[in-house]
This record gives sequence, structure tokens and C-alpha cells, in this order.
Amino acid sequence: MFITLLHCAAVSTLLEVKNLQTDFVTHGGVVRAVDDVSWDVNESETVALVGESGCGKSVSALSIMRLVAGPAGRIVGGQIFFKGRDLLRLSEEEMRRVRGREIAMIFQEPMTSLNPVLSIGRQLTEGLEIHLEMAPVEARRRAVELLGMVGIPDPERRLAQYPHQFSGGMRQRMMIAMALACNPSLILADEPTTALDVTIQAQILELMKELSRRFGVAMLIITHNLGVVARYADRVNVMYAGRIIERGTARELYGNPRHPYTLGLLRSVPRLDEPRRARLDPIQGQPPDLTRLPRGCAFAPRCAFCVERCLVETPPLRPVAEGGHVSACWEAANLDRTLTRSVAAT
Amino acid sequence: MSAAAPLLEVRNLVKHFRVGGGLFGSRAGVVRAVDGVSFEIRRGETLGLVGESGCGKTTTGRCILQLERPTSGQIVFEGRDLTVLGEDELRPIRRKMQVIFQDPYSSLNPRMTVGQIIAEPIAVHGIVPDRAQRAQRVREILSHVGLLPQHAYRYPHQLSGGQRQRVGIARALAVEPSLIICDEPVSALDVSIQAQIINLLEDLQAQFGLTYLFVAHDLSVVRHISDRVAVMYLGKIVEVTDRKSLYDTPLHPYTKALLSAVPIPDPLLEAERERVVLGGEVPSPLNPPPGCVFHPRCPIAVDRCGVEVPELREIRPGHRAACILA
Repeated sequence: MFITLLHCAAVSTLLEVKNLQTDFVTHGGVVRAVDDVSWDVNESETVALVGESGCGKSVSALSIMRLVAGPAGRIVGGQIFFKGRDLLRLSEEEMRRVRGREIAMIFQEPMTSLNPVLSIGRQLTEGLEIHLEMAPVEARRRAVELLGMVGIPDPERRLAQYPHQFSGGMRQRMMIAMALACNPSLILADEPTTALDVTIQAQILELMKELSRRFGVAMLIITHNLGVVARYADRVNVMYAGRIIERGTARELYGNPRHPYTLGLLRSVPRLDEPRRARLDPIQGQPPDLTRLPRGCAFAPRCAFCVERCLVETPPLRPVAEGGHVSACWEAANLDRTLTRSVAAT
Repeated sequence: MSAAAPLLEVRNLVKHFRVGGGLFGSRAGVVRAVDGVSFEIRRGETLGLVGESGCGKTTTGRCILQLERPTSGQIVFEGRDLTVLGEDELRPIRRKMQVIFQDPYSSLNPRMTVGQIIAEPIAVHGIVPDRAQRAQRVREILSHVGLLPQHAYRYPHQLSGGQRQRVGIARALAVEPSLIICDEPVSALDVSIQAQIINLLEDLQAQFGLTYLFVAHDLSVVRHISDRVAVMYLGKIVEVTDRKSLYDTPLHPYTKALLSAVPIPDPLLEAERERVVLGGEVPSPLNPPPGCVFHPRCPIAVDRCGVEVPELREIRPGHRAACILA
């Protein structure tokens, strides 16, 4: 019985996004940035949301926080269950208690997401005083502890400084400290290392991994780089044109990709662990224009495996292998990795 | 070919920027952006220049183009030292050296059509004086970079990022240069488009015999495109050699750390991989550390490293590194 209990605890769902739809009204027409998307994050799990610019990955995160900028942007459908409550039904007041306290967010550009006229200390203590009702002295003590935890040397002195006195890597550490401040159960990290140098990137990702383990925080890492998350994610969702087109455990998805887009992304990047290829195999064509999506599968115009059905019928996510590996491709069963190479070459 | 003189030779290039000390009395200082850099590029080859932000790789490129006048050192291009030439003498040479920028959004004039953007340098340098012939030339160049004739009438905002970068490449090609400095040409593009642009750059090199200085921070892309690679850190070259030696047998601890920080899209390999995570951050070029500039972060530094400036010396034939322990 003990084992069953453990098992149950291991798979309890923390966040469940169901049929989420987020629209933006633009001059060119209505853009469905997130189109009927469902995914979840379990307690203490690290999930990745991978895709290129405009695929809807950041809008997905902003939708969870209910920070989609109106009036152009609007969540038009779906549910977002967090610890069993639908976040979309909370009042603004209730939502404010979720943001920063239960779900925290780390942005790509720490310089623009920190307040330049508030000291580092104030930005750290503000949340603690508001959410946890700490006294200023106590909040300050916690702030020092947090800065130390994220590896900022001399935290006492650093508290009095301002964001411009921090380097890029330090600012991102500071963002992580702010995110961890109120012991949230989920952190949404939107391209947390994209603006950083390679060696600093490695530092920040290792730090995030260590801290999420230590405190049992679940993480959603949003990135355009499949390489970055291979080491850190338990499960990976790949998005294209507002939809999830493939999902699986990291091991499954990288080892046995079952969507031509995932396959294309993996094949198009040069890799240091492989012999150098004479030529790269790019994905053909341009990213889709969301105001003018084709009928059927949005990836079809760029797809080497496209068949007639792809042009008329949108493929749903269907199981393709064990362990919850799903793919939205009619030809998912017929993708042969060796074949891809020859198709790309012709 | 190796017997011929290199197309470009950079000798002991130094570029310092003065900062502060102005009206408001902040302390004056000197940023040592490039601090004694030497390398050469042979005709038809691609030299990769890698390093983190602030290491001086872009400034090196700008000094070669004479967009920045170097503090000292020589830039010898096709046998002439550019640093002693005046603007008038430089103009015909500028035609031979072009640049492709990182951000195709901010490096194209939003009020000019693609056709005008490409035709302008052709007209300025008097390559095709006749207007109608120039339009024909623009169409040819568009087809070289994989765009259609009708793209000439579009404005940059009507194009995707990848298409805009193709326009940037077309503009550089228009004046028939021999050297193109590619400054992070793919890092602002989507992953699925990066490979298209890299293939295009390689095709054009083969077709027109171009020579590239490829400035980038992505080591996997640099390995793919370069014949030789130079690694920069804080204004200095710490290692330079051919592609194979650099990636198979790196000598400098910084190069090793950079290589180990590159993520590999394979969770199984990543799980086994030992990672050298460098502590600390790149020090300020306003106040570089004494001795070896890398020693405060170096995992193998010894006492001597804090005192002695390591020379970039040949450790194996054709493989130079600036480390006393290499």
C-alpha cells in the first residue's frame, strides 16, 4: 500500500491546461495564438514548451498568469486548473494572490523585467511583505538568504544596489531569487537563458535544476532551443502555429521523434557530438502567418511527408508510443529517420 | 593557395575606448575592447571568431572594416595597410569588404524597398551606372539569395526574419566583395531558418569564391561553417587553429569550458556528460585582471597565471594557444 501511495503522490497533477484558446485582434485579422491547447505539469516536475517565435509558447504562459495584454489579447476559451481551482474563474483579487506567491515567473530579459528605480532589496522584500505579510526586518533577512541561495556573493551589500549595477547573469539570478521568494509550487520560466552567454547559461540552468530539486518546485521552461532543455526537462511539448504537435518524455521525444516538425528541428541544427555534415538539412519554407493558416495541418506546406489528407484535415494528438507520447501527424507511424534524410536531400 | 599572401592580415590590433571623465566628473577609464589581436584569413576560407558578449569580436570586425579606427596595429587587406589610408582612398576598398549584421530588423532601412536597398550600393560605387541595367542586376542578386523578382517591390516589414536576412546578404553581395564579415548572421533567426541561411552562405562562398570572417557565439554553428577558428576572451585571442584541432583537441581551458557548455539535444548523452561549469563571470574590460585574463575563472590556474601574461604560442604545428599550462 505504501508503494501505491508513493506512486499516487508522484503523478499528482499541479497544473492542468484544458482546451485553452487565446486570441489577438490585429489589423490583419484575428490571430488565434493559442489554439485549443491542453497540457499539464505534475508536482515537482520540469516540463518544457518548445517552439519558434510566434508559436504561442509565451502566450500560453501569460495566459496562465492571466497577463495577456488586453484589449487586443483575450482568453476566449478553455480552463486552467491549478491545484484543482480554475484560474480563469478567479476574481482579479484572488488571482493577485496566486501570482508571485503560488506561481512565479522568470522572464527572458531580466533588465526589462526588473524595476530600474527600485533597489534590489526592495524588489525582493516587496513580495515577501505583501504575500507573506512579513515584517520589514524579517523580509530583509529572507532577502539576504535568497540572494545567497542563488549564488550572489556579498548579499548584504548587493541589496542596496540597483539592477544596472548587476551583470546579465547576476540579474537573472536575482530574478530566480524573486521567483523563489514566496516558496511557489510552480515557476514559469520564459526563455530564462536566451539572453545570456553560453558559460553563464550553463550556470543558470544548473542553478535552476538544483533549486527546483531542493525545494520541490515544478517548472515550466519555455524555449526555442531543443538542446537547452534536453538535460533538464522530464517531459517536452513541441508547439507549432498555436498548437501542440508532439509531446512525450524527453527520452522518447529526442530518441524517437514522431512529428516531422520535431524531426526537422532536431535534424537542422549542427551538433557537436556528431561528425560534421557537409550540408545542413533545413526545414523548408517560412514560419506560418497566423492570420492566414492553411486548411488541414499548419505544417503541411513545409513538410516532406505531406500527403493529401494533411491538406484538408487537421490531425489531432494521438498516442504513438508508450508513456504518453503523442503526435499530431497523420503519417506519424511512417516517419523513418533514415528516410527523412533522403527526402530532404531530393 | 597556401603559398599566396593572405587576403587579410590583422597585426597586433588594439582598440581602446575612453569612457567617463566628462562634465559630470565620473572617473575616466579605458575599455580595452581589443587588446593585441593578430590573425590572418586566406582567400576563400572561413575564419570563425567566437567568444562571449563583450570579448571584442564585434569590435575586431568593425576595426577591419575601418568603421572604427584602431588605437594601434595594422589591418593589411589585399596587401595594403588600411589604417594609414584616408577616407577617399578607403572608399574603393570598402567595396571589397562587406558586412552582414545580426539583426535583419534594424539593419535595413524601413522606408526603402528591397530593390532600392540592394541597388543603392551598386549606384554609389558606380558599378552599374545605367538604371535599367541596375534593376536587372538587382533581380539577378535576388535570385542568388533565394528571393523572387517581385520581392524587390516589398518593404522590409513585409518580409519574415529569414527573408530579411537574405536581403542583408543580397546587399552585401551587390558590390561583388571579396571579404564578408558575418556578425552573428543567424543568431536572431528561428532555428528552422538558421540552417537555410547557413547553407545559403556556403553556396554563395563556393559560387563567388568569397572569404568570410564569421563572428558568432554558437560553437556548433561555427564548427559547421569554419575552416579555422579563433577563440576570443576579454579582448585577446586565447586559441586559434584549424577546425578539427580546435574541436577534437582543444588546448585552452576556456575553449574546453565553452565546448562543454554547449547543450546537446539528446537527454541520454547529456545525462552522462561531464560539464565544466565556469564559476564567476567575464571581468570588466575596464579593469582586466593581471596576468592571464582568464585566470580568475580558470579551473586549472596556478599562481604564475596571476602574474605572467601568457603569449599566444604555437603548441602543435598550426595550433596556437595562450596558456602557460598548455
